[in-house]
Amino acid sequence: MNIVVCIKQVPDTTEVRIDPATGTLIRDGIPSIMNPDDKAGLEAALALKDALGAKVTALSMGPPQAELALREALAMGADEAVLLSDRAFGGADTWATSSTLAAALKKIPHELIVCGRQAIDGDTAQVGPQIAEHLCLPHVSYVSELAVAGGYAELKRVFEDGYQRLRVKLPCLITALKGMNQPRYMSVGGVYEAYRKEIAVWGLAELGLDPERIGLKGSPTRVKSSYAKGSKSAGKVYELDPKEGARLVVEQLKEKFII
Amino acid sequence: MDISGYKGVMVFAEQRRGAVQNVAYELLGAGRAIADALDEPLIALLAGSELGEEAARELAAYGADLVVIVDHPSLARYLTEPYAKAVMAAVERYKPGIVFFGATTIGRDLAPRVSARAATGLTADCTALAVDDASRNLLMTRPAFGGNIMATIVCPEHRPQMSTVRPGVMRKLERDASRPLRVERVEPAFDGSDAAVEILEEVVEKAQKKKIEEASVLVAGGRGMGGPENFKRLDGLADALGGLVAASRAVVDAGWVPQDRQVGQTGKTVRPDLYLACGISGMIQHIAGMEDSGFIVAVNKNKDAPIFEYADLGVVTDVNKFVPALEEELRAARAGA
Repeated sequence: MNIVVCIKQVPDTTEVRIDPATGTLIRDGIPSIMNPDDKAGLEAALALKDALGAKVTALSMGPPQAELALREALAMGADEAVLLSDRAFGGADTWATSSTLAAALKKIPHELIVCGRQAIDGDTAQVGPQIAEHLCLPHVSYVSELAVAGGYAELKRVFEDGYQRLRVKLPCLITALKGMNQPRYMSVGGVYEAYRKEIAVWGLAELGLDPERIGLKGSPTRVKSSYAKGSKSAGKVYELDPKEGARLVVEQLKEKFII
Repeated sequence: MDISGYKGVMVFAEQRRGAVQNVAYELLGAGRAIADALDEPLIALLAGSELGEEAARELAAYGADLVVIVDHPSLARYLTEPYAKAVMAAVERYKPGIVFFGATTIGRDLAPRVSARAATGLTADCTALAVDDASRNLLMTRPAFGGNIMATIVCPEHRPQMSTVRPGVMRKLERDASRPLRVERVEPAFDGSDAAVEILEEVVEKAQKKKIEEASVLVAGGRGMGGPENFKRLDGLADALGGLVAASRAVVDAGWVPQDRQVGQTGKTVRPDLYLACGISGMIQHIAGMEDSGFIVAVNKNKDAPIFEYADLGVVTDVNKFVPALEEELRAARAGA
C-alpha cells in the first residue's frame, strides 16, 4: 500500500506575541513545528506501515526551510519525502494550495492520502477536502480512528454531538485529528537515515501547472486588510479576600441586572 | 469567470436528524442584513430526507424569502458526497452571489468540497460579515494565527463568495411567523458515485445537552482551579447563576471536562451576557473565543494574569475559596429578594 501524508510546517502559534507598539506579529524567534494534526496523520500512516507494510511518502508545500519538517517525518519513519517549493507558489490561498498539492499527488502513487484536519496558523480545515475534490476521490474529515483491511478504510468520524463509523473504498483521503494517537519520537537511527536521504524538490516546471492557477494569481480569495486585535479597555481589578470578592461580584451583577 | 449573473444570498440550513440547527437561524440573521444591503433575496437551502413542512416554515419565520428543499433518502444522514451534490445542484440552479455555511464539523467538511467543485474561494470561520459599499463585494473577517490577528478577506472575481461562519457569533432575527413561506424543490440525480462511503454505525452522544454557545451565563474554569475535584464545584455556581460550565483548553486537554465545553480558538466562540472566568489566565486563544461576552468577570490569584485586561471586573483572590463564597452569596441574595 502507498500512503502519502501531507505535512505543513507552521509557526508555533502558542508562542506568537503581538508587538504592542506596532500591533504586528512578532515572528522572530518563533519556533517552526510540524503541524499537530498532520503529525497525528503521519503517526496513523506509520502505524499502518508497521502493521500491514506500506510505503509512506511525506509531501509538503512551503519555502525551502520546510525541508526541516520533512526531515522530521523521515526520522519518524517515512520512506520518502517531496517538497513543493517555488516562488510561483507563494501567496496561495487554500484553493491554489490544494490545486498544487493535487498536481503533485497525481505523480505519486497512492491508495491512501492523509492530511491533518487543519493547520494551527490558518485553522481553515479546507485543503484536505479540496485536494480530494481535485483528485475526484472520496474524503472523510475529522477522523479519530483508522484501520485498513481488504481494500477498505474503516474509520471513526467525529461530530460535535457524536460520531459515525464509516467504511470507505480505497483510494481515499482522510483528515486526521490531533489526539487520535501519540506520535512517536524520532529515533537516533531515524535521524541519521533522514539526513542521508534525498528530498525531492519540485517546482512549477516539474508539476506542469498553469501559472494562472497557482500562487497569489491563482487564488480566488485575497486578504484585503489585517489588524491585530486590540483589547477593549480593561475594567477595574480589586485585590480582596474571597468573601469580600464574592460580595463585590454579587453587587455588580445586581447593578447590571444580570441577577 | 462572468460574475454578473450571480445574485442572492444562500444559507445552508444545517439539520441533524430533522432538527434545523441554531446556527442556520443565526446565518439567516446575518444573511438578511447582507441581502438587504444588496437588495437581493435571501435563500435557505434545506437538504435532508423526509423533511417536514415545519422546518421550512421556521426558516421563513427567521428571515428566508425562499426555502429551497432537496429531499432524498441519500441525504438521511450526513455524508459529504450526497450533500455536496445537493448544494451544487442548488448553486447551479439559483446562482447565488454568496453562500454561507455554519463552521460546524458538517459545514467545515462540506463547504471546502463544494468550493473546490465550483472553483471559487472559501473563507473559514468568519466572525464578521459586511458588504463593501464601492465594489458590493462581501467582506469576510476571520481570526488567524491562533486568534492573534484578524484578517478581512474578499473574493472579487469568483462566484459564489463562500464562507463558513462560527456558531454563536451572529444574531438571529426575532421569529416572525407572519412572514410568507415560499418553497421550491431541486432534485439532483443521485447515483452509485455518491456511495463510496458507507455508514456502519452512527452514535449520537450529547444531543440532549445544552450547548455552551447558547447559554446566557457561563462559568468558565481554567487550570487555576487546581484539579478535577475543585473544578466540579463550578457546577453548583453555574447552577446558582442559571448558567452552564465552560472551560479553557488546558483543562480539556487535562481531561477534567469534555471537549464540547471548550471556549477559544480551537473550541467554541461564545458571547453570553455574563462570562465568569475562574482560574483562567487568559491565553490569546481563549480570549478569541469569549471577548465579545456582555460582562466579563475574572477571578485569579495572579494579579498579572492577562485575563484581567479583558475583564469588566477583576478580583485577585484564592479562586477555590471564592467559588463557594460566591455561590453562598448568590443563594442568600436570591432568598432575600
